[in-house]
Amino acid sequence: MLGLTLKETARVLNEGSVTAAELCAACVARARQVQQLNVFITETYDMAGQQAAESTLRHRQGSRLHVLDGIPVTIKDAFSTAGIRTTCSSRILRDYVPPYNATMVQRLVDRGAVLLGKTNMDEFAMGSGSVDSIFGPVRNPWKYNFQTRHQEQDSQPIRDSCHDLKPKSMQMRTMHHHVTSTEDSDWFITGGSSGGSAVAVAAGICKAALGSDTGGSVRNPASYCGVVGLKPTYGLLSRHGLIPLVNSLDVPGIFTRCVDDAVIMLGALAGHDPKDSTTVSDPFQPFSLPEHIDITRLHVGIPKEYHAPHLSEETLSTWKRAADMLEDAGARVSQVSLPHTPYSIVCYSVLCAAEVASNMARYDGLEFGHRGSDHSSTEALYAQTRHEGFNDVVRGRILAGNYFLLKRHYDHYFTQAQRIRRLIANDFRKVFEGGVDILLTPTTLSPARSYRWFVQADNRTRTEQEDVFTQPVNLAGIPAVNVPVSLSEDGLPIGLQLIGQSFQEKTLLTAAKWLEQQVNFPHLQLPDPSEMS
Amino acid sequence: MNHLPRLCRAPLVGRPVLLAITRRLSSKVPPEPTWEEVDETKLPKPTKIDKDTIDHLERLALVDFANKEGISRLEAAIRFADQMFLVDTTGVEPMDSVLEDRELYLRADTVTEGNCKDEILRNAGKVVEDYFVAPPGNIPLPKKEEYDR
Repeated sequence: MLGLTLKETARVLNEGSVTAAELCAACVARARQVQQLNVFITETYDMAGQQAAESTLRHRQGSRLHVLDGIPVTIKDAFSTAGIRTTCSSRILRDYVPPYNATMVQRLVDRGAVLLGKTNMDEFAMGSGSVDSIFGPVRNPWKYNFQTRHQEQDSQPIRDSCHDLKPKSMQMRTMHHHVTSTEDSDWFITGGSSGGSAVAVAAGICKAALGSDTGGSVRNPASYCGVVGLKPTYGLLSRHGLIPLVNSLDVPGIFTRCVDDAVIMLGALAGHDPKDSTTVSDPFQPFSLPEHIDITRLHVGIPKEYHAPHLSEETLSTWKRAADMLEDAGARVSQVSLPHTPYSIVCYSVLCAAEVASNMARYDGLEFGHRGSDHSSTEALYAQTRHEGFNDVVRGRILAGNYFLLKRHYDHYFTQAQRIRRLIANDFRKVFEGGVDILLTPTTLSPARSYRWFVQADNRTRTEQEDVFTQPVNLAGIPAVNVPVSLSEDGLPIGLQLIGQSFQEKTLLTAAKWLEQQVNFPHLQLPDPSEMS
Repeated sequence: MNHLPRLCRAPLVGRPVLLAITRRLSSKVPPEPTWEEVDETKLPKPTKIDKDTIDHLERLALVDFANKEGISRLEAAIRFADQMFLVDTTGVEPMDSVLEDRELYLRADTVTEGNCKDEILRNAGKVVEDYFVAPPGNIPLPKKEEYDR
C-alpha cells in the first residue's frame, strides 16, 4: 500500500480493505526503514496514530470527512503547527512551539489527514540543496545504498543535535538520530529547500507533503527526487503561519506522486483565507482531470532562453523529446522568447536579500527563539543572539539586503530589481497574450548532483546556479509544476517544468497529466519494510 | 541513452494520437545555449566595502558579521547584483507585488482568537511575571577597532 497514489489509497480506505490505522503504521515503518535519509526534524508518530485511529472509526461509521481522511502527510518545518515545535531548521527557532496552526496545516487537519511529522529543509528555506540545516543534510533516496549504510550506522555514534530540547508538548518526539555526519558523501542531494518533504513522498513515507516555494524550493527537489511538485499561483494558497522568507514571492507548494494527487491536494488547500490578505477572494472551484486528454487545441511555448549555459545533455534531450512528443500528438508547439530570463536570478537575489533583511528583524531573542547571554545592552544582545542563531547563509543575506536598502543604494539596487521584476512578469504576459497556453522548460540544469560535488561551492553560488529556471515564475506570480519524466543514465530522475497562466491551474495540470501519462515514469521502489529483517 | 527508450514506451492503447517518436531536425528546443554568462568587463568596478559602511551595516543588521569571510561574501553578492545595470529599465515602473491590480481583502479589526498568554510566554527565554525582559536600550553597539580582513 506504500506504493499506491493518494487517490488509490483514498479508495482502498473507503472500501475498507485497509484501515487508516494500518496505513499509518506502515508509513511509520517505512519512515524508520529510511531513517538515514534524515527526512524529519520532528516526528509526530504518536499524534499520527491517534489521528489515524479516529479516522479508522469515521471510515467504519461511513462518515468520512474528505478524500484526505486518513491520508498520511508530512509538512515542511516552515509551517507553524500548534503544540509541535517549528524550527525552520534554524538554531534560532530550535525550541519554538507555535500556539497556532498555519492555515494550510489546519485545512489538512480539518479534512482528517494524518500528520506524520515536520520535514527537514535548508535553514529558513534559503538554499537549493537541503544541506544547510542544523539537523544535517537530507539525502536523496535514489541510488542510495541502504544496506551498507545500515551497518556503518550501527557502529557510528550519531550526534544528537537537539539533546537539550525541553519537552514542551506531549505530542513531540525528540529525535535522537539525526544523521549529521558528512564523512560519507557519495550520496545525492535532494535539492531544496523543501528536500525533506520531497523525499517523504518519493520514499513512500506519505502520500502528499507540504513545501514552500519562493524561488523553486518545491519544484527543484521534486525534480531531483522524481515526484510531482506544484507551485500554485501567488494568492491562491494561504501563507498564514508559513514562516516568511520573501513575502511577495512565497507560496505554499504541494508534493505528490502523481498529478491527480496534486489536484486533490489543491482542491483541499486552495481558496481565500481571511487571515492572509494576499489570498485573493475569488472563490476557488475544485476540479478533477479527465483520463482521456485531448491536447490538440493546446498551444505550448518553448522559451528559447531556457536553453541556458551549463544545461546538461541529458536534461536537454529529455526536454526535446517531450516537446516533440507534444507536437507529434497534435499540440501546437512554438519557440517563444522571454528575453529577460538571464537577469532574473540577479533580480531575485536582490529582492530576496532585501525582504529577508526586513523579515528577519523579528528574531531578536526576546519574545521567542534562541537568546544570547550578553546582557550589556539591547543591541549587544540582539547581535549576539542573531550571530549564534543564524547560519552564515542567513546572515549573509540579511547583510546584503541591508546594503541594498541603504538610502544611497535603494534606487540603484532595490528599485532597479523591482523594475526588472516587471520586465520579467511582462515577458510572461506577452507570451501568454500571444496565445500560448503553457510553457515547457527544464526544471533544473541537470539531475541531482552528489553531496560531495555540491558542497564544493557555497550556498550563494549554488542558489544562483540551481534556481535559474524556477525563480522567474515566482517573480511573475504564475503557477508551475515539475513532472518527473525520465531517468538519467545514472538512474537519477529528470523532471520538466510546465508553466501556466495565473489561476489557470486546471489547464496547467491537465497538460502535466498528459505528459505524465505518456512517459510512464518509473517511480522509486523500495522493499516493503515488513520484508526487511 | 538509457532513458530514451523508457520515455518512448508510452501507453498507446486507446489513444487516438500517434506517438511516433522520431528524431526531427525541426525541434522547437534550441540545440545550443541561447545566451552566455555575463562578460565581467562590461560591469562597473567591483565594490570594496569601506570601514564606515561596515560599521553602519553592523548597526543595522545586528548579525555580527565583520570578518574576512562575511565581508567577501557581501562583496560577492554586490558583484552579482551589478549585472542588473546591463538591463535598460528606462520608463519601467517598479513592481512591488503581482497583486498590484487587485484590491486586497482586509478583515474587520476585531479580536477573533487569543487567550494563549502562557503558550506565548513559554517561548521566551527570560520573563518576569508576565513581562518579556530586555537589557538596557539606547546603548549603541560598540565599534570594533579592527576588522580581520
